[in-house]
Amino acid sequence: MIELRDIRKSYGSVEVLKGITASVEKGEVVCIIGPSGSGKSTILRCINGLESYNSGEILVEGQRVDRNAPSIVSIRTQVSMVFQRFNLFPHRTVLENVIEGPVFVKKEPRKEAIERARMLLAQVGLAEKADAHPPQLSGGQQQRVAIARALAMQPKAILFDEPTSALDPELVGEVLGVMRKLADDGMTMVVVTHEMGFAKEVADRVLFIDGGVIVEQGAAKDVLNDPKHARTQDFLRRVLHPL
Amino acid sequence: MQAFLRDATEFLPILLEGVRLTILVTIGSLILSTLLGLVWAIMRVSSIKLISRTSAGIINVIRGIPIIVQLFYIYFVMPDLGVSLTALQAAIIGLGIAYSAYQAENFRAGIEAIDKGQIEAAQSIGMGWWMTMRRVVLPQAVRLVLPPYGNTMIMMLKDSSQASTITVAELALQGKLIASSTFKNTSVFTLVALLYLVMSIPLILFVRHFEKKAGRP
Repeated sequence: MIELRDIRKSYGSVEVLKGITASVEKGEVVCIIGPSGSGKSTILRCINGLESYNSGEILVEGQRVDRNAPSIVSIRTQVSMVFQRFNLFPHRTVLENVIEGPVFVKKEPRKEAIERARMLLAQVGLAEKADAHPPQLSGGQQQRVAIARALAMQPKAILFDEPTSALDPELVGEVLGVMRKLADDGMTMVVVTHEMGFAKEVADRVLFIDGGVIVEQGAAKDVLNDPKHARTQDFLRRVLHPL
Repeated sequence: MQAFLRDATEFLPILLEGVRLTILVTIGSLILSTLLGLVWAIMRVSSIKLISRTSAGIINVIRGIPIIVQLFYIYFVMPDLGVSLTALQAAIIGLGIAYSAYQAENFRAGIEAIDKGQIEAAQSIGMGWWMTMRRVVLPQAVRLVLPPYGNTMIMMLKDSSQASTITVAELALQGKLIASSTFKNTSVFTLVALLYLVMSIPLILFVRHFEKKAGRP
């Protein structure tokens, strides 16, 4: 459902993606791991059209992603994004954050949107926070609202850009729990993460990226338990045993 | 003191006529400068170079010409071009345009202070540029912009006196006329000063209110 063909992307003279080719099937959970600055987040941002790419082609359900074409709106409503820093709208309540896209972009009737939003908030365990404002919530709660906001668009896939990296360690679990439930329900997910435990248990496939190229990819268990490439081995050793 | 009170009861009705015009000019030019300023600011932050440069050019031209000259231009030159305005209309339009440049820079600062993540979040749920502005950026920018906006309001109240130069008989001009015909300079200009002060008090309270509010997280 998502296809990347030889994606290249430069910032000025620095090439951050040097020919990324990958695909994500419907219902699949793909984790992207790798060191900081390796281009992981840039891949997600290109899929969603938040960044442009210099060459290659990204297709979502057969539709070419071009951030300057009108079609980008329909792609964005099909592929939602969850950000590292939540990016909830602080001037609106939790409920308003969740219905914002359905009501104002997809022009759904307000009543229906509210009904579904309440259901989604219950699903992420925040039914009672519907009328709170985001700054009153903990990081973990804010990220769960952000997931509900993404789900409210009824997307075919969700992109997660380091969803737990900005959280206190004790709050990581509640967010990963919600994500695991989503994966179990068959949601197509692309997750940039440093949570190897999550990748191991939930991901179908793992891509290891370094220096703008896919160094190794395969079934999550294979890549994480038995990496073939020296660079992957080295990375995993450092992440799993920092001392 | 008694003499002052006697003068006050005598002159106040005439001065209040001036107050009426001062308020009219201030409110009129405030509305116009806010709307124009918003247009310049939104153009200024556009990613399309031609639009943002046009706006920057307009702002610099307006800023670079003294308000009084702009008033003269609109009131005395426009009729030559076939556009005749009453003094009051010319004052409101002149001050409104002159102040739109300062409003625009203030609004732009507010818009640019909004976290980029907010814009990305809006885009990621499919919002276009204009909807992102209207639903996400501007409502948040308003909070940042209000304290300096209050200051601009006070400055506009006082600068409305420049309308006197194109014969609008607002408070300052009424004062000058009474003073020059009665020679009671002390009484008249004390009254004029007090009236300006009284009018600015609600604005000062407005500024204080929003400065407190903006200070809250």
